[in-house]
Amino acid sequence: MSAVTVPKADGGVVLTLLRAREIGIALLIALVVLVTALHNSHFVDSNSVQQLLSGAALIALLGVGETLVIITRNVDLSVGSVLGLSAYVVGDLFKYHHIPVWSGFVIGTLVGVAAGTLNGFIVTALRVPSLVVTLGMLYVIRGIDGVIVNGDRIDPESIPNAFTAVGYRTLFGIPWLAIIVAVLVAVAGFAMRSFRASRDLYAIGSNPDAAALAGVPIQRRVFSAFLISGTLAGFAGALFLALHTQIDNSGGIGYELSVVAAVVVGGVAIFGGSGTVVGAALGALLLNTINQALVASRISAFWNQAIAGALLLAAIAFDRWLSLRVTKSLRSAEGAHREL
Amino acid sequence: MSSDLATPATRKDASAAKSSGAREPVWRRAARWETGLVAVLIGVLLWASIKSPTFTDPSTAFYFGVNTGYIAVMALPMTFVVMTGEIDLSVASMLGLSASMVGYLWHHGWNIWAAFAVALLVGVVGGALNGVLVARFGLPSIAVTIGTLTLFRGLAEVLLGSLTIPTIGDRQFPQWLTNIGVNSIPGTQVSWSMLIFIVLAVIFGVVLHLMPLGRAMVAVGLQPEAAQFAGIRVKRMKFWLFVLSGLMSAFAGILVTLQQASVSYNVGNGLELTVVAIVLFGGVSIFGGRGTILGVVLSVAIVGSLQMALTQLNVSSDKQNIVTGVLLLISVIVPNGGEALRRAREFVRRRAAHEPG
Repeated sequence: MSAVTVPKADGGVVLTLLRAREIGIALLIALVVLVTALHNSHFVDSNSVQQLLSGAALIALLGVGETLVIITRNVDLSVGSVLGLSAYVVGDLFKYHHIPVWSGFVIGTLVGVAAGTLNGFIVTALRVPSLVVTLGMLYVIRGIDGVIVNGDRIDPESIPNAFTAVGYRTLFGIPWLAIIVAVLVAVAGFAMRSFRASRDLYAIGSNPDAAALAGVPIQRRVFSAFLISGTLAGFAGALFLALHTQIDNSGGIGYELSVVAAVVVGGVAIFGGSGTVVGAALGALLLNTINQALVASRISAFWNQAIAGALLLAAIAFDRWLSLRVTKSLRSAEGAHREL
Repeated sequence: MSSDLATPATRKDASAAKSSGAREPVWRRAARWETGLVAVLIGVLLWASIKSPTFTDPSTAFYFGVNTGYIAVMALPMTFVVMTGEIDLSVASMLGLSASMVGYLWHHGWNIWAAFAVALLVGVVGGALNGVLVARFGLPSIAVTIGTLTLFRGLAEVLLGSLTIPTIGDRQFPQWLTNIGVNSIPGTQVSWSMLIFIVLAVIFGVVLHLMPLGRAMVAVGLQPEAAQFAGIRVKRMKFWLFVLSGLMSAFAGILVTLQQASVSYNVGNGLELTVVAIVLFGGVSIFGGRGTILGVVLSVAIVGSLQMALTQLNVSSDKQNIVTGVLLLISVIVPNGGEALRRAREFVRRRAAHEPG
């Protein structure tokens, strides 16, 4: 019964729609694209659209893992460093050891598995706050990366063509990179809805004590979340190399904050318990679209970062406002129900 | 009235203080985080003096101050903010924005003091923006300050673009002012920024440990609801702490301008994580309510002197990164020492039990 009264209580078809965060973001993306395209038709040229999708795909992929981690009330700040290390290791092996193309992806992913395992182990087995652990790992991994790189640089000539093809090939005009990530996001999105283990992540983030009492194996689940985040970051490193075709010790610097920003804009609550990977991926796409739109509009490039920051703040504030409205409407609906 | 009411909220704390003062055995009292930091500091200094022949030069102390002073200044308000269970990741961007504001106004012919005043004002306004969003609207500070990190750095970029001030045709910054950045206090090897840090550290220490305001911060960090019921104005306190953080970061921006005698928009890029690392390594709990200014000061000394020594020994910045990260990991793993070890063993045993054979 109360389910019927909820939307009525605050006149909220719009509100209900807005609660489906993904729709709101998709509309926003469409709006940005439309307005920019009206100003500058080159914005929707296949070339620039492909560039936009490829760039967003990497952040979206990192965002999938980050979403899982943040849903459990943790955070993984090491993803940018893991991506950089993985990308360089793969490039190095191509240049000096001429490994086969497929193993580039496998090895990149394995670098991520190792980092994710270490993060997960320290956070869950030693019960140390993840913000501090992954901040420490951000430095350690970046440092290890630098030691391995040792001033070197991998140039496009050293990387097999079949590998970089993943970065530039398209299918029906859509970059492979975007398709790969879209499939992964879809799989993760389905998994996050359908499996018990993934619902456990939400339970842990909503109320850890209750989850423990309900028999959720908290440490194992959180460990898995970090493992997946690391694994995806490692895989993203290989994709990064395929896309940019060159790498030194600076790959992925600062990505951690872009990823957290995309995830938060995508409607994942920073304190855990709610959000979807599809939302996070759309958040990444929105932020990248806005960046490209600012470039395409004749607004000076110097404004990019300021506007991105302001939008991020607006997104967080809007989210809060929305959740307050929803809570209020739920409360009043509950109250009405009780009076009956 | 409010201090009477505050008693229940701080009782846990007070009793902890009492027990550590009177009942606990001496070894236990000595086994504080700060004691460990002192030992580490002595170890670092000894190791560095043996390894690097130039480390014992008096000028090392000076360069230590020059390189560390403006970062350390940001660590103090960060300590307060983290103490209350929040975090401010926008500090380094505010440093950049403040420095860029000075550069922008100087470029447009302003008087240097007026430019400084505006830069500090920008710090207050930026801090107030963080404060309003966190305290008034109840938004998570980690998300808000990632947003303002981007915003402030973006505004700095808007102000200066690709210019480095002073650029061609500009006046140089007043010599006697930039001398403050690169000269030591006459007759000593102490840099001006280090002196400023020490004075500020004493003030922050007194506020945190000896004044009701500081105890209130501890209470807020330990139990915000209880602190609220005890009559502490939690929201107002957090708001002003963010303002303080913005102001001090802007001040650090002025210090860095004086030191480098030039400004570009990306000055101090990425320093926010260094500041957080220093504070956490100093023993301040990321969950709030625990930590001392003494610990943070020792942490500044360790991180700064380690960096000096490693640079003198031609250790690459990459290896220095590893050292920073490992210090940070140690700082959270060691305090849980026995506990963590027991858990780790249990974890391994459980894993082993899962594997057949």
